Amino acid sequence: MSERFHDIALTVNGEDVRERVDARKTLVDFLREDLSLTGSHVGCEHGVCGACTVRVDGVVVRGCLMLAVQCDGTRVETIEGVSDLGEIADLQSAFETRNALQCGYCTPGMLLTAQELLASGRVPSRDEIRAHISGNYCRCTGYQAIVDAVEAVAQSRAGGRR
Amino acid sequence: MKPAPFAYERARSLDHAIELIAGAEDARLLAGGQSLIATLNMRLSRPQLLVDINRVPDLDRITLNTSQIEIGALVRYAEAERSAEIATHAPLIAKALPFIGHPAIRNRGTIGGSIAFGDPAAELPACFVALDGEAVIAGPSGTRVVKADAFYKGLFESALTPRDVLTAIRIPAATSETRTAFAELARRHGDYAMVGLAATARAAGKALSDVRIVFFGVGTTPVRAHSAEAALATGDIEAAVKTIAADLEPPDDVQATGAVKRQLAGVLLRRVARQLMGEDA
Repeated sequence: MSERFHDIALTVNGEDVRERVDARKTLVDFLREDLSLTGSHVGCEHGVCGACTVRVDGVVVRGCLMLAVQCDGTRVETIEGVSDLGEIADLQSAFETRNALQCGYCTPGMLLTAQELLASGRVPSRDEIRAHISGNYCRCTGYQAIVDAVEAVAQSRAGGRR
Repeated sequence: MKPAPFAYERARSLDHAIELIAGAEDARLLAGGQSLIATLNMRLSRPQLLVDINRVPDLDRITLNTSQIEIGALVRYAEAERSAEIATHAPLIAKALPFIGHPAIRNRGTIGGSIAFGDPAAELPACFVALDGEAVIAGPSGTRVVKADAFYKGLFESALTPRDVLTAIRIPAATSETRTAFAELARRHGDYAMVGLAATARAAGKALSDVRIVFFGVGTTPVRAHSAEAALATGDIEAAVKTIAADLEPPDDVQATGAVKRQLAGVLLRRVARQLMGEDA
């Protein structure tokens, strides 16, 4: 007989996690409610706003469009882990310097999404940056400062490699 | 909102998936989940059982046969975007992929999921019909192949029964004579299109033959514009645009009124026709 509840084992920000989950629980609700990792936000719950963005096995996904039960055996990273490792310290600093956030609701998703583009190592055009963050809504900044921050970090990372 | 309760099973193999959905009253296959989980969250869909096929082996391959490219149902959009085989042998798909959703959606969403779900405003079902592709379908009584022109039957209705699994699509590999073109208009990059258009043709010098023009976002399924196809084969773009009213009766929806959609369809047809004829749109 098929079951609603399942045992899962995964790593979250490098730590082993074992939990029993209801199949209907989304990944972002699991992270927030069961693991108290509230940096990933819940906005639209249907994949439009990007506030719930997390990384699963190294790529960004919508935390509201993946079930926790599907993450058995995967490696999940949230803004807390990526921030603690210092991987995006320069990007976070650029967001602060340029006022690329106001209320902060979109910021964790925006940072993780931008980092995926920056990790490609190229210096993207402003249009490419806009296309890449098109799935992340910000209702405060009007995006201009966010694009500025991402562009500045792309340039400084490229400069640092020279 | 949160999904209503359901049971969950992870299929170990294709046969296991077919067995699991055959044994349940109301089961749904879960592939990339980028449409399905949204409908679960909004409780537009309340299946009793989700059968997760994400770890079924061998469904994520891209294979080149003699004259066809076969794309496994579990190939994700992001993988397809990086695929040299798709860029070379299925250039229409390569052109359409950047228009689908956003990076985080393309990291999860699958080619097979889009074809099977058949959202009338989605890019890939229209490409599949424009490419005269074939769907490879596994069911309880074996595997069958259905041509794209016969695949879509109505709003979210296709040749797939509730007991079937779409395992791959096959499309004719592009040759030096193949011309493809793609265009869409959306309010925001990555949104569902107000109107979109996928097209293929065979070029012989300046002339076009075997023109296939398929609109999306204008009806309950991808819509072939047969009159426009015939007109474009004679090289007359304006005549083709004039036939739009005969080919398309787009209903009003949240994106735009039918009249606006018909007007935009003509704009896109001009762009796509110029692409097919080898001029920049």
